[in-house]
Amino acid sequence: MSGWFVPAASSSGIEVDHLFWALLAISTAVMALVFGLMALYVVRYRAGSPIDRGSLAEKSWVFEIAWTSATLLVFLGLFVWGADLYVRLYQPPGGALKLNVVGKQWMWKIEHPAGQREINALHIPVDTPIELIMTSEDVIHDFAIPAFRVKHDVLPGRYETLWFQATRTGDFHLFCTQFCGTDHAAMIGEVDVMTQPDYQHWLDAEAPAETLAAAGAELFRRYGCSGCHEGGSTAKAPVLDGLYGSPVPLEDGRMVTADDRYLRDAIIQPDGERVAGFAPLMPSYAGQIGEEDLFELIAYLKSRAPAKEQP
Amino acid sequence: MAEIRAGHPAVGMQYEDLRHQSDTALVGMWLFLATEILFFGALLFAYMVYRLWYPAGFVAAVRHANVLIGTINTAILLTSSFTLTAGLLLARVGDMRRLVWACLATMALGLAFIGLKAVEYVEDFHEHLVPGAGFALAETPGAQIFYLFYYSATGIHLVHLAIGIGLVAYIVRRTRRGDFSARYHTPAEVVGLYWSFVDIVWLFLYPLIYLVGRGG
Amino acid sequence: MSAERLVAEPVNYLTDGWTIRSWLLTHDHKRIGLLYLASITGFFFLGGAAAALIRFNLLTPEGALVSAETYNRLFTMHGIIMVWFFLVPAVPVTLGNFIVPLMIGARDLAFPRLNLFSWYLFMIGGLVALYALFFGGVDTGWTLYTPLSTSYAKGHVVAAVVGIFISGFSSIATGLNFMITIHRLRAPGMTWFRMPLFLWSLYATSVIMVLATPVLAMTLILLSLERLFGIGIFDPALGGDPLLFQHLFWFYSHPAVYIMILPGMGVVSEIVTTFARKKVFGYKFIAWASIAIAVIGFFVWGHHMFVAGQSLYASLVFSILSYLVAVPSAIKVFNWLGTLHKGTIRFDAPMLYALGFIGLFTIGGLTGLFLASLVVDVHVTQTYFIVAHFHYIMVGGMVSAFFGGLHYWWPKITGRIYPEMWGRVAAILIFFGFNLTFFPQFILGYLGMPRRYHSYAPEFQILNILSTAGSTILAAAYLLPLGYLTWSLVWGERAPANPWRATGLEWRTPSPPPTENFAEIPTVTEEAYNYPPPEVAQQHG
Repeated sequence: MSGWFVPAASSSGIEVDHLFWALLAISTAVMALVFGLMALYVVRYRAGSPIDRGSLAEKSWVFEIAWTSATLLVFLGLFVWGADLYVRLYQPPGGALKLNVVGKQWMWKIEHPAGQREINALHIPVDTPIELIMTSEDVIHDFAIPAFRVKHDVLPGRYETLWFQATRTGDFHLFCTQFCGTDHAAMIGEVDVMTQPDYQHWLDAEAPAETLAAAGAELFRRYGCSGCHEGGSTAKAPVLDGLYGSPVPLEDGRMVTADDRYLRDAIIQPDGERVAGFAPLMPSYAGQIGEEDLFELIAYLKSRAPAKEQP
Repeated sequence: MAEIRAGHPAVGMQYEDLRHQSDTALVGMWLFLATEILFFGALLFAYMVYRLWYPAGFVAAVRHANVLIGTINTAILLTSSFTLTAGLLLARVGDMRRLVWACLATMALGLAFIGLKAVEYVEDFHEHLVPGAGFALAETPGAQIFYLFYYSATGIHLVHLAIGIGLVAYIVRRTRRGDFSARYHTPAEVVGLYWSFVDIVWLFLYPLIYLVGRGG
Repeated sequence: MSAERLVAEPVNYLTDGWTIRSWLLTHDHKRIGLLYLASITGFFFLGGAAAALIRFNLLTPEGALVSAETYNRLFTMHGIIMVWFFLVPAVPVTLGNFIVPLMIGARDLAFPRLNLFSWYLFMIGGLVALYALFFGGVDTGWTLYTPLSTSYAKGHVVAAVVGIFISGFSSIATGLNFMITIHRLRAPGMTWFRMPLFLWSLYATSVIMVLATPVLAMTLILLSLERLFGIGIFDPALGGDPLLFQHLFWFYSHPAVYIMILPGMGVVSEIVTTFARKKVFGYKFIAWASIAIAVIGFFVWGHHMFVAGQSLYASLVFSILSYLVAVPSAIKVFNWLGTLHKGTIRFDAPMLYALGFIGLFTIGGLTGLFLASLVVDVHVTQTYFIVAHFHYIMVGGMVSAFFGGLHYWWPKITGRIYPEMWGRVAAILIFFGFNLTFFPQFILGYLGMPRRYHSYAPEFQILNILSTAGSTILAAAYLLPLGYLTWSLVWGERAPANPWRATGLEWRTPSPPPTENFAEIPTVTEEAYNYPPPEVAQQHG
């Protein structure tokens, strides 16, 4: 990690910095105005200064309305600017490379789709949208990469997502920024942004025995999921082929998309969003399947969906 | 200082007269009750959130609440508000002897409420309706949270009621000592306001704990 | 009575009874104010000592002084003590308690016994919290986020929470007392719009104390239940929702920020008009700005949760409301500047503190805009930028205002004049020490250094050393007033009734005031701050 000041190294970070510098410029101007007027007045109108103090401004409301509406206008402008960026940067683009992140006291565990795992390190290719699907095994953590100008809380019991696109290669800090107990300050790591060929080399060098989906297929049998969701027994339980990414009609009449969040909740809380036409037979797996296993199960389900073009 | 404390001996030196002081004390109690609304409000808000989150669990849990005791207790509490208010009306026309009787009746009703509530708690305990290990409805997600609210809401209400009984006892003592008259019995009025509030809180808790969802 | 006074010095509230009992069971708002002053001074120095240890630990990247565990306990101790046992009560329970009845021309607060009771609650709560923090310790941070606090943290979380809970009722009692007093006990002729602005700001503060604190109380009960009995309310592993805790917590704790700063704004309005010897500019705008802050302040809590996982739309709404709540603050700053314009300005210590307040509060407020702006908040939240921002508001702003107010009313409270030169030296030292401590933290935050880190990346060291250097100056500067103000109690010159030639009813009774405040209740016939026009003032001055 070289240097003291790290310019934004992500596509959204560059835009965030523009707003930051604009805010800084406005703030400096207002500070100069306030400190300048204060200095001017206390010197000019100090007790003992013989200056003329006659003809005080009588109609104070003219000033009041002027500075109130000026403030309001500037603030509204800043709000619109920040909100526009937030809304645009909030949605990950389709086709992002999806990685799983599990936080626990006090380390980050990262899983790549092909099965590569790393701890307190994140290897990613440059100029590629990356989407992180994050969860925690214990308390609330926060996944923050200052150089990318992004951070997001990582909560236990649910999936939160965070996406970015690195624009420069290099090593960058990864911090946990939500206080999470004794070794909070040690829950740090490195983000290694690599060129596409380097990234491919890294993937090959780290290639594991099995992919996440393969590991998930094993779990699918071990946890007994296959007993109901497989083969001829589909009367009791919905078929899972082609499920991932498709719409699911629910018992209460709503439609949801079977994304990572839905699949996780369906395993942990089967009665919460039950598929229309099925009886509440499935037991809850809350507390019985670890977060990493859940990711593998979902990867397996994903592999059973026909590969389709992401919008 | 003597000239400052003119008028009724109960008037503080910061007040013009008895009326000024009495009205201020009542306004003070009203504002305190506003804080109480926010206090219970936070609990009810959390209740609502989880009720939406776990509708089935809450309905199942409501069915296990003892609606008979709940209903009798509602009647008892409403009656106690009546007796205390009647006592205050009597106090305003100077009948201090009957104010004491009304207060005693109110205290008795309050104690009856607490007694029945204790019976209900014991019953819940025997039915394993206490959150934690061995909870009877452990299979139904959310039922445990309902019982947590049940105990905290009724428990906090019970503490308020116990404080109310203590305050009414204090009114009895002061009335017997001859401190109050038709003109000055502000503490009794203030306590009456507090008692009615505790009553009203119950009127919110009663349907949330015993009724909503039972029919369906 | 009058015959007596001719021979002996008139009895004032300090000489009206010498026993310990006459202090500990007093109903006199002035004595209760002093009891509170002694208590919060103790808490301030305890919290400050924790801060000093934190800063020294950060001299080196690996943590120079203490283990990570101790460090976490230290910043939790610092936060809990400073927030609940210093900043929230500071101005209202000391200066407010003392000055409110005097300012409105009343002989006491509406409920003197409740006032005394609130001090006892405060002390009991404080002692319980101190027990938790010193014997066993708490390592959750003052924000007590779940499920860390309920299922994972070691130490005396419940005891600390009980302490905060008890002191919360002291806060409610104080707020209730002020609101009722201001409504019911104003002197004849003291209409709402003739009230000094300090009263408006305390009224707004009281509204928040009365309406927000009960929510915190209930939240803390739920937190304790989950921790004690393991029943899921906030811990997802037990079926609860951690974000619900954050919503409830910030529903109190964001308005609590305005509990901390509004009284400071009130003090500054008083000081600026007195030392500019000029009617305040835009009286009604400053008054209504206080109310507006109190009201809008209830609806911005979600800006603490932009990265916490709340919905996009919630974040947008909380963002725009956060910009809106900044408008009344800006109005106040502009009006204070308007008051300086064409004033006759003197630079006594209270004025130096007030000018320091305006400067530091402006910086704190402007950096608040960065945090209201969604995407920038995402980058700088939970870093040292946040730490710097709220210290500018609370320490740079609020503590400066507290010291300013303490110096301003010191002659009234004690009947003695403090040494002016020392007062000015301390005010200037605090301003520079403060900036050196906290300005580098803005930069640290932008560079990405997270808060609550026991150790950090080496490239952040230079700025941390600067900050620690500033904090030693700041610590020395805070110790100075403790010394010279105590000195003045014995050796200070006796104060006249109105040493600053200020308007306001509190200056129309002797210093220190008699127990009953006013020999005769004054009648108010004019607006607040009705100073003679400048030309006339000059001929006399």
